[in-house]
Order: sequence, then C-alpha cells, then structure tokens
Amino acid sequence: MSTPDPAPTRPPDPDWVEIHDSAEFVELRRRLRRFVFPMTALFLVWYLVYVLLADYAHAFMATKLVGDINVGLVLGLLQFVSTFVITGLYVRYADRRLDPLATRIREGIEDPDNTSGGAR
Amino acid sequence: MSAVAVSAVAAGVTGNNPALNIGIFAAFVAFTLVIVFRASRNTKTAADYYAAGRSFTGPQNGIAISGDYLSAASFLGIAGAIALNGYDGFLYSIGFLVAWLVALLLVAELLRNTGKYTMGDVLAFRMRQRPVRAAAATSTMVVSFFYLLAQMAGAGGLVALLLGISSKTGQSVVIAVVGVIMIVYVLVGGMKGTTWVQIIKAALLITGALAMTIWVLAKFGFNLSSLLGGAVDAGGKTGEALLSPGKQYGATGTSKLDFLSLGLALVLGTAGLPHILMRFYTVPTAKEARRSVVWAIGLIGIFYLFTLVLGYGAGAIVGPDAIRNAPGKANSAAPLLAQALGGPVLLGVIAAVAFATILAVVAGLTITASASFAHDIYANVIKKDKLEDKNAEVRVARITAVVIGVVAIVGGIVANGQNVAFLVALAFAVAASANLPTILYSLFWKRFNTSGALWSTYGGLAASIILIVFSPAVSGKPSTAATPSMVTGVDFHWFPLENPGIVSIPLAFLLGWLGTVLSKERRDDKYAEMEVRALTGAGAEKATPH
Repeated sequence: MSTPDPAPTRPPDPDWVEIHDSAEFVELRRRLRRFVFPMTALFLVWYLVYVLLADYAHAFMATKLVGDINVGLVLGLLQFVSTFVITGLYVRYADRRLDPLATRIREGIEDPDNTSGGAR
Repeated sequence: MSAVAVSAVAAGVTGNNPALNIGIFAAFVAFTLVIVFRASRNTKTAADYYAAGRSFTGPQNGIAISGDYLSAASFLGIAGAIALNGYDGFLYSIGFLVAWLVALLLVAELLRNTGKYTMGDVLAFRMRQRPVRAAAATSTMVVSFFYLLAQMAGAGGLVALLLGISSKTGQSVVIAVVGVIMIVYVLVGGMKGTTWVQIIKAALLITGALAMTIWVLAKFGFNLSSLLGGAVDAGGKTGEALLSPGKQYGATGTSKLDFLSLGLALVLGTAGLPHILMRFYTVPTAKEARRSVVWAIGLIGIFYLFTLVLGYGAGAIVGPDAIRNAPGKANSAAPLLAQALGGPVLLGVIAAVAFATILAVVAGLTITASASFAHDIYANVIKKDKLEDKNAEVRVARITAVVIGVVAIVGGIVANGQNVAFLVALAFAVAASANLPTILYSLFWKRFNTSGALWSTYGGLAASIILIVFSPAVSGKPSTAATPSMVTGVDFHWFPLENPGIVSIPLAFLLGWLGTVLSKERRDDKYAEMEVRALTGAGAEKATPH
C-alpha cells in the first residue's frame, strides 16, 4: 500500500516531508519551476501565434520574400529553430543548475552517514 | 475519369517489381528476427520484458523513440499531405515536433523517477491504486488502439501499391502476415527486442529519407526556391496555393477552427502517448531520459525537414494527379517519388522501410498496451498486488500481446483505406485529452487526488471519443468528398469539427480540477515524497544487472 516496490537494500525510509521542506530541496524545486514554466508558456504562445497566423492570416503568410520562399515557410522553419534552441538551453541549464544540486540531495537521502547534504 | 485513373495506376505500377520489394522486406525481417532472438536470451524478469532491464543508453533510446514516433503516418502521410495540400501538410510536422518540448521540460525525467513500467505507476504513487490504475490502463489501451488502427490501415494501401495486390482479400492476407511477424517480435524479444527493431528501423528510415532528400535537391540545383517553383508548376491552376496555408483547412470558418483544434491536439498529444511514455523507463536514470529526448528531438526535427523536401519533391516530380489516382492515394507519394528517382530498386528499399516502420511501431504499441493490462489491471487490480508468482504477470502480458495483435489484424483489415494521418491525429487528440492533464496535475499539483485523476482521465476520454463519433469524420460527408466519412449513407453528426481537441482538452483540465476540489482526499505527505523522488531520483528504479 505504501511505496510501489520496497527495494531490499534501502535503509529505513527517510523523512520525506523534512527533506521536502529543507532549504536545498526548496531551492532545487524553485530552480526547476523557474525555468520550465516560463519556457513552456513561451514556446506554447509562439506556437499558437504561428498556428493562428497560418489559420487566419493567409495573405501575410503568402508574402514572398526570396523567389518562391514566403513568410509562412520561414516562420515554420523558425519553429524548428526555436525547438532546437530551447532544447539546448534546457540541457545546459539542467547540467549546470539542476543536476549537481539534485545529486547532492539524492546522495544525502541514499547514504545519510556519508554526507552533510539532505535534511536541513 | 476512369481512363485517367487506369493509366495512372498503370504508371504507378510500371517498373515496380513486387518480387524485389518482398525480397528486401524479407531480408529486413530475417535480420531483425536474429537480433530479437539474441536479445531474448536476457529477458527473464518483468523489468526485462517491460523495460529492457532499463539498460539502454540515452542515445540508443533516443533513436528508438524516433523509430517509435516516425510512424507510417509521419513518413507516408505527411509527405503525401505536403504533396497534395502543400503548406497545410507541413503544419502537421511542426506540431509533431514542437510537442516534444512538453515531454522534455515537463514530463520525461519526472516520470522516469517516479514510475516503474506504466503511466498508472505514476498515478498510483499517491492515489488509491485500483481505480487510478484501471483508468490509466483504459486510456492507454484506447489510445494505443487508435494508433494501431492507423498503422495497420496504412499497411493495406502500401500493399496495393508495392506488391501489386489490388484485391481486398489479398491485402488482408498481407496485413495478417505483418501482424503475425509483429506478434513474434513482441513475444520473443520483449521490450529489448522491440527496441532493437525500432533502432534498426529508425536508422534505415532516416538514411533512406536523407538519400532521397539529397537526390531531390540535386535535381533542383540545391535551391529550395526552385523546388517550390517546380511543385507550383506541376500543380497546374491550383499550384500556387501549395505554398501558403489554407489549401486544406482554409475554406470556411469551421474548417479554420478545426485546424486550430488539430494544432492543439498535436502539440499536447505527444507527451500523453503511452508508447512514448513507456520508452522513458528503458534507460537507467532521469539524466539518460533527458538525453534520449534530446536525441529524439534532433532526429525527428531533421526527419521532418526531409519530409518537407520529399513532399514538395513528390508534387514536382511525380505530380499531384498521379499521386491522387494511385492506389493508396496520398500515402503513395513517397514510394512513387522513390520510383521516379531511383527506379524499382530504390522503390523496393523505401517500400521495405515503410513496411518495417509499420511493423516496428505496431510492436511498440502492442507491448505498451499489453504491459498496461498485465501490470495495472491484472497484477494490481484483479490480483490486488498479491501476486505470488512474478512470472505470472509476464505470462499475462504475453497472452495479452497475442490478443492485441489479433485485434490489430482484424482492425487493420476493417480500416483498410482510411486516411492514415487523420487516424493518427485522432489518437493524439485522445492522448492530449485523457492522459496529459492527468499526468501534469499528478506531477505538479499537490492537491490533486484520486477523484480528480478519475474525472480528468475518464472525462477527457469520453469527451474526445463522443465528439469524434458524432463528428463529420465519422458520418455526414458524402463519399465523393476529398476525405469522405468513415461511414457513408447515414448522417448522425452534430459536432461540427473533425478534431475534438479544442473542446475536450480544456474540458479535461477543468474536470480534473473540479473532481479534485469536490473530494476531501489529500495526501500531502505522499506528494512530498513523490516530489523529492521525482526531482532528485532518490529511490528510483535502477537498471537490472546482467
């Protein structure tokens, strides 16, 4: 009824609520949410603007720029570019700002004697 | 009209060599079967069967994800949609790609850290196990079924084009053969074997598409503008409309709203597709899950750029009339282009890759649906987590896989000839409505509870299915329309849009909120544990050593 799968080697259950309220974890959670929520809003809005333009601004999207290449095609390709860029930004942010902190907290939980990290 | 059609069919089959096509495909099957049998040696436990012992690396899993995701609908459907409808086909691929950011930023890593094999695991973490597992398994099986139908329906058209089999009976036999091979993959290889099939298939598909893309571009002096110009010229009077949005969806206010609805379903559906979610459990850590999404985004993005060139290339080189009149219609654009470029040999290779695509995707869907049934329903709902013999769960999963395989064969025969891209879009709409709201609430909202999860899952599922059944996609459009309804002759539609997403997705979010606040259940301590585990990976499922 409690945890899904009691691993045989795990020490007695840590105090999750205490860890959850610790300064380190609060910081990790803040860092994650501060990045992913605004970024999600940003790419969803940019995608919706693009879809609405494609849906309701045909003349604008059909404006030719170079040869047969028009605004619609360029904006569509920019969706590819922005997706690749956001992916790269997130990976860099996670490597630098999330992973080290998450690792420290995890090691504090899984091996409480060996580190000062974890609770409080 | 019929004379034109007959000559176009003849043109589509001239130079086609069915024996060669079958030979190349048989070689693929033989090669992958050897790999699957080798992989099966290490498949013993449930973690092996469902999650390949969590032993794949991020890049390997990323390639497998792209193999799972780049279905027949992506390759045949989008290339054909671009060839016939131009820019509106391109819009599909943009939605399919941008959607991966939802998976990357919000879902992949947290899911990997909190679950074991299925979506139901994540919900069961802090809610009442039996009802939420039953709900998750139900929506998993419904979404997988829609997706399966789309793949199998595509197989029929492909058979007609590539093997020169035009009788419905003959096509049905080939669909059954494809289904049986798929069942063997799943039964013997489990998740590990299936993953290797995905990896090999993704490599073949992307290489094949790359070769054709370079070939097409070379014909137009590596100038994108002259390729577009070629497509416009071949399109005749309506050719100019290929370059800007609106050819397919721009006709009326309703069709514009329909397009917006489709766009929403595409971008929010991916992170709710059960067979994609399950792939995140095949890697050892959350960091590898992240790497796999990064690889998947790179490969999928590049592939969709290829389909842009291939679609307009098919329009310019093969011509829209020849595509429209070929057996398999829009789905035949890419194979016809291959034939026009490289003759029967390239056609044979591309045909084999397309078959391999259907085979691999169907295998991935089958293992997901069978895992969900065996793990969520059988082990935890029916046996109430008191299963003595852990092998029994895997045995049930294998039996379920056979049943699903048979259902897929029958469904594929019945759905033969339906528009593949459209069926996939429906699967995305159901996934975005029934699964995504539940997953996001579960991962990010402390107050969320059993009642809320049931409301959002069943509510989103029911809303999307009911709206589809009473949409013009199912009834009401004449059989002479460009995309006729599934059922002709009767008209019981009252919902004006073909895609339900714009109504059903917000409704599911609303229902999840309402169901939550109407229930007193609150498990703040379990949420604290879940959030710590999700963000840090503490106590997450480890890879099994071999």
